[in-house]
Amino acid sequence: MSTPVGPRRVTLFVTCIVDQLYPEIGKATVEILERQGVAIHVPRGLTCCGQMAFNGGFRDESYAVAGRTIELLRGQGDVVLPSGSCAAMIRHLYAELFAHSPYAGPAAELAARTYELTEYLVDVLGVTDVGARFRGRISYHDACHGLRFLGVGRQARALLANVQEAEVRPLPNCDTCCGFGGLFAIKQYAISEAMLERKIHDVHAAETDLLVTGDASCMTQIAGGLSRRGSPIRARHIAEVLANMVDARPV
Amino acid sequence: MSTHSLHFFDRVDTALHDETLRTALNRATARFVGNRSGAIGALSDADTLRDQARAIRAHALSRLDELLVRLAERVEARGGRVCWASDGEEARRYIAELARSRGVRSIVKSKSMASEEIHLNEALERAGVEVVETDLGEYIIQIAGETPSHIIAPAIHKTREQISALFEQHLGMPPTTEVPPMIRAARQALRQRFLRADMGISGVNFGIADEGAVVIVENEGNARLTTSVPRIHVAIMGIERIVERLEDLGVMLQVLARSATGQKLSVYTSIISGPARPGEADGPEEFHLVLLDNGRSQILGGQYAEALMCIRCGACLNACPVYQSIGGHAYGGVYSGPIGAILTPLLQPDLPDNYLLPYASSLCGACQEVCPVRIAIPDLLLRLRADAVRAGKFHPIEKPAIQSYAAMMNNPALYRVGGKFARLGTRLLRRKGRIRRLPPPLHLWTRGRDFPALPAQTFSEWWEERERQRHNG
Repeated sequence: MSTPVGPRRVTLFVTCIVDQLYPEIGKATVEILERQGVAIHVPRGLTCCGQMAFNGGFRDESYAVAGRTIELLRGQGDVVLPSGSCAAMIRHLYAELFAHSPYAGPAAELAARTYELTEYLVDVLGVTDVGARFRGRISYHDACHGLRFLGVGRQARALLANVQEAEVRPLPNCDTCCGFGGLFAIKQYAISEAMLERKIHDVHAAETDLLVTGDASCMTQIAGGLSRRGSPIRARHIAEVLANMVDARPV
Repeated sequence: MSTHSLHFFDRVDTALHDETLRTALNRATARFVGNRSGAIGALSDADTLRDQARAIRAHALSRLDELLVRLAERVEARGGRVCWASDGEEARRYIAELARSRGVRSIVKSKSMASEEIHLNEALERAGVEVVETDLGEYIIQIAGETPSHIIAPAIHKTREQISALFEQHLGMPPTTEVPPMIRAARQALRQRFLRADMGISGVNFGIADEGAVVIVENEGNARLTTSVPRIHVAIMGIERIVERLEDLGVMLQVLARSATGQKLSVYTSIISGPARPGEADGPEEFHLVLLDNGRSQILGGQYAEALMCIRCGACLNACPVYQSIGGHAYGGVYSGPIGAILTPLLQPDLPDNYLLPYASSLCGACQEVCPVRIAIPDLLLRLRADAVRAGKFHPIEKPAIQSYAAMMNNPALYRVGGKFARLGTRLLRRKGRIRRLPPPLHLWTRGRDFPALPAQTFSEWWEERERQRHNG
């Protein structure tokens, strides 16, 4: 059996939060990529990029987790993550974490073949219409790390613009942080809640049905705030919208 | 009200419950952010200009020793005096002694964060000298008995209603919500002080090594009066605030004004190169330049050196959603906001809870995005967090929590079992697909936010099942 030009193959790193909390986001990512003819590989035992420990200042612990991730992703081709934040950890912060260490080289090599999902779809595959359909109003929140450390945002908007029957409505202050910030949400819970309050205010002002973002973590923060306030507005990961899986999970 | 004796979390709590503060911050930061974005957006080459500004600052810092000596020599050649102050104590002593020996009884000051940093006013007042702040914002907080809560807008935390009440009490001004009468009242009070002052103390925006001169930018004209009317002018300059050439100002003044207030240039730019020369009608008889180190040379060459590029425009404060929520006083140091969360632990290591400041950031990166010299503020905050952990400064629950996290992430079997337990546990807590209360320490999450009920199956389990079916099918 020989295939002269093999199908595109990517390694999918769904991230620990998607694996444990939102398997549907992972399934949606698989669905979207496979629909584009991309073959997916998921390395066994892949867990976390190490950002939580790094974010908290615990660099030794982060080094161990991230070092293991580098090993598991060695020689695995393009890596796609449905998360701007974890992709930014690999692309931007691994250089800091592994500076002057034996992993400095492998980290840089991995960074060069790591992509956030919407970036991979639009910039690498050249696709902006993935056959999605949603009857309702959609607003997009720019999750900070994807926006500021990867320059992601334009790709998500291009993809959402092609969702059939959807009305994309602007979110006021769409590039202002929702207040998640990893451990910040717990360690500085009061500030985090105050920032969320403002985000919820803007989401309501957008007069939308669905708040869409590219990171499951920010989605958890915003969804948690909407749910606590009994809001009918739902928050979804962009992969769920693109894979027509908005109704695949409750709340 | 002084909140400095409180713990960081209490200061945050106080700030978050202060509705007036929220109103004042929302109004002011929104205006600053809008003005900056308009002024930077109006440039066709903003990115290039910022790159140039960064290069100018990097160059100056790389030859700081040489440039400072050049600046000092040229200031002295023009008849000025230079004090090399290694810390606040030396700077305070020099200025207090100068005031004493020259019989100074009254001092006017224009804005200077360096003087705030060394608590100069208190020291001079203890020495029996009257000190009056002449920048309108500084004047307001001086009569209110407070400290600045913003690098360039010290009274940003006050509403005009509060300022009116202060002026009514201290200046006998009739209550008003109009700004012009307030400005007139302050101007009238300050004019007398300028005329009778024996000494003027100013900050410095940039020292110019080649010229032996200092640059002061302002919008009110008070710095020009402070530096020219009294017979003695003392300028206090952090040693890092230097550029090499006069031409560098072409870049620096533009990025400073546009980033700080959204102006093309500040209203007044004064370049001061010493006392009045023989035959000159205006200017002070004496000019003293205090070069303040106060911990800066320790930062130079280290992993935080980039923070010394800061030109104190305040753009990162305005853009920061944390600063917008809590204001400047909650940070507890002289410098607040994202850059303050870096500078305070470095320059004020004696403040007990300042290791918490680098955690007062969601690392959203809005600060770096607006910084005119592109300081990688989030990266520096992360380094300070790592330093705090290395120094053993963290909540006792954090170490075991992070270690169990790392153990789980490093061991797929443990990760599976641990995840399963967590999922089972949270299923007991869920109501209508969501969790309203989690056990400590995660109750801090559910205080104001719901948490999703965890699914029965992880993505990995689903994927492996699917792979098995594919191979068997």
